[in-house]
Amino acid sequence: MMDLTVNHFMSLSAILFTIGVVGIFVNRKNIIVMLMAIELILLSVNLNLVAFSVFSGTIMGQIFAMLVLTVAAAEAAVGLAILVVYFRNRGDIAVESVDLMKG
Amino acid sequence: MELIAFYIFSVIVTVSAVAVIVARNPVHSVLWLILSFFTAAGMLVLIGAEFLAMLLVVVYVGAVAVLFLFVVMMLDVDFVELKQGSLRYWPFAVLVGIAFIAEITLAGLSREMGQNELFNPMPDAATNAEAIGAVLYTQYFLLFQLAGIILLIAMIGAIVLTLRHRPDVQRQNIARQTARRRSDATEAVSVEPNKGI
Repeated sequence: MMDLTVNHFMSLSAILFTIGVVGIFVNRKNIIVMLMAIELILLSVNLNLVAFSVFSGTIMGQIFAMLVLTVAAAEAAVGLAILVVYFRNRGDIAVESVDLMKG
Repeated sequence: MELIAFYIFSVIVTVSAVAVIVARNPVHSVLWLILSFFTAAGMLVLIGAEFLAMLLVVVYVGAVAVLFLFVVMMLDVDFVELKQGSLRYWPFAVLVGIAFIAEITLAGLSREMGQNELFNPMPDAATNAEAIGAVLYTQYFLLFQLAGIILLIAMIGAIVLTLRHRPDVQRQNIARQTARRRSDATEAVSVEPNKGI
């Protein structure tokens, strides 16, 4: 029986990343689900970093994964804050009309 | 045994990730997102990265997913209307997805398939958390500080963006209140009998 290798994690990570990218294109109108798809992409990156870290016997990948986690949390906070302000100003969150903010 | 657990976890995480992007109701999307984060944390436990697994649960499920849930429920948006016409995006999205998978597969095929001889989630330490702590506060201390600054900036940014002063709400002005003296508010008047002020 085959052992668990880094290739398993790389394949899963690639699938998750692609699901995230497809999610951004599918939910063109719903910016909340777009943000969730970005979280999925960052999750797949994290999975890859940790898998490489563990399977190569160095701890550095896990430190990087922590930093990616930090950026993901900051991105979610600021993105949702922008969304709330936009909703307050316009009364909806339609992504197509965001370019009205251009002068 | 580990491989079976990995396959079970990966099926759950893939199915829930697909459910995140196709769910009609964004509240369901958030709940599927929580399931996929939990399952990914289980996978990290499987390969021995327990600290990152717990961090994933605490940060993603505890903070980010709850923030999403909060915003989705707070914004009064007609999500059914948002979903209208999303069908025409599917062909392009599938095309992009196939291109991505093909590129990643090509890149993976050209690479030597490695084995896990060096499998070690905790080099030079007793536990995974100890191994991370030993380098995080010494070798990568500046990165650690930088992460803290990023979080601080994000926090200030979110507060500045969402803070607003409504003109119709009475607010307490403490400086004005404490600077007020008796002479500002009262006046001593000597009233003569049988006359008004």
